[in-house]
Amino acid sequence: MSELASAKSARSAVELDGVDKRFGDVQALSGIELTLDDGEFVSLIGPSGCGKSTLLRVVADLEQPTAGTVQVGGKPARQARLDQDYGIAFQQSGLLEWRTVAENVELPLHVHGVGKAERRARAAELLELVGLADFAGSRPAQLSGGMQQRVAIARALAPQPKLLLMDEPFGALDEMTRERMQAELLRIARESGAAVLFVTHSIPEAVVLSDRVVVMTPRPGRITEIVDGRRPGRDAAELEPDDVEDVRETAAFFAAVTAVREALRKGHQ
Amino acid sequence: MVAPLVLGVLVLVVWHLVVVAFAVPAFLLPTPLAIAQQFVAQFPVILSTAAVTGGNALVGLIAGFLIGLVLAVLAASSRLIAELTTPVVLAASAIPIVALAPVFTIMFGSTTEIARQLVVTVVVIVPVFVSSARGLRAVAPVHGDLMTSLAATPWQRARFVRLPGAVPYVMTGLRLAAPAAVIASVVAEYFGGLQNGLGSRITSAAANTAYARAWAFVVASIVLGLLFHLGGTLVERLVTRGRPA
Repeated sequence: MSELASAKSARSAVELDGVDKRFGDVQALSGIELTLDDGEFVSLIGPSGCGKSTLLRVVADLEQPTAGTVQVGGKPARQARLDQDYGIAFQQSGLLEWRTVAENVELPLHVHGVGKAERRARAAELLELVGLADFAGSRPAQLSGGMQQRVAIARALAPQPKLLLMDEPFGALDEMTRERMQAELLRIARESGAAVLFVTHSIPEAVVLSDRVVVMTPRPGRITEIVDGRRPGRDAAELEPDDVEDVRETAAFFAAVTAVREALRKGHQ
Repeated sequence: MVAPLVLGVLVLVVWHLVVVAFAVPAFLLPTPLAIAQQFVAQFPVILSTAAVTGGNALVGLIAGFLIGLVLAVLAASSRLIAELTTPVVLAASAIPIVALAPVFTIMFGSTTEIARQLVVTVVVIVPVFVSSARGLRAVAPVHGDLMTSLAATPWQRARFVRLPGAVPYVMTGLRLAAPAAVIASVVAEYFGGLQNGLGSRITSAAANTAYARAWAFVVASIVLGLLFHLGGTLVERLVTRGRPA
């Protein structure tokens, strides 16, 4: 490996090289090449069975690739998982209903033996970030679906990861809540400085959130196209959460939505 | 709330009228009034005997609950232990307590409560074990993934997810076992030993053709069973409060 390449891989949040994944006879992923830069927001989109969730799980070291290499922050995926280098949020919030909201946010720190006072302080900080400071002592069952999902995001951020993995975290939410959560997520991602790998079914969601939209097609699951997402000509750091609503109405947004839609259609033929 | 009360009163009235109108002999069925009179007349005895029967049920319930829970935790933690214990516990569930009671009475002597408490224990272990074991196995896939992503150790998985997640199942086992403990405690007294509990009073009253009195003790047994059921439900509610139903 050249010096330039190794310097690059040390900077990448995620680097996938020739990744294949087989489940028995099913080729779930084939020849995946993808690199996420630090702080970059990348969405994976495609029809059911295109392997987008599998790809995310491979990055999370919840599945082992059949072939190829997976580097997270310059380390093998397994080491990154053991070192708590990423935070993950699933479609279901997966909160532990017997713990309070704050205790749920503290869970990753609790597992890793962080002291109680520090855990408390960090949870308070994160609940502030996701706008749920008043609910620290509540039980998850007392919260709405959108609020539970925000708690799950706060939990994912607890170990201050450089990478956030999200598997359709807003899939079960209604459209209004969903759009509000997207704005929240952009703000949170920017404030935490984490790179985000985000799996979704929704074209507008992928476009509005992402620096790049990775379009995948099934049988075998592979990347067919990568489309530049929201805000051509704008810097992520300049985008205010309120602007997300404006972004939805720009010509660039519609152009990107159309590009993703065409890429998906092309992949289907 | 009112409807069951109305039904209950109606049943009692019809019962009374049928017994009087058809002159049903007392050994077949006494009137509810005669049973109520006996209940009042025997009330001090009912209280002391119910305390003994209830005490045996409670001791057996606690012992059986702890044993059933520990066995379930062991079974959940090791496949080998699961394969060893599960058939034994399920075989225990097939033991009729009527078969155990006389044997235990002979083993432990007729002047102690140990035989009766042991019968209750055996009866309680089964529902607690079965329900707890199911709860310990029922980990949501998302929680499994979450703990894997957190690189949790097996002990941390147990402590943070498996054990607390099983609590509602454990409590269901306790709620089911509580009234069964009273039944076991009463029936165990039918096979000799001390004459100090509800069950022994039922048999001796029936043997002395005091049918209304026997029924008064039956009613007391029902009340005791209901109290245990209520107690079990209350404990379940307290322990699982704040969780979705």
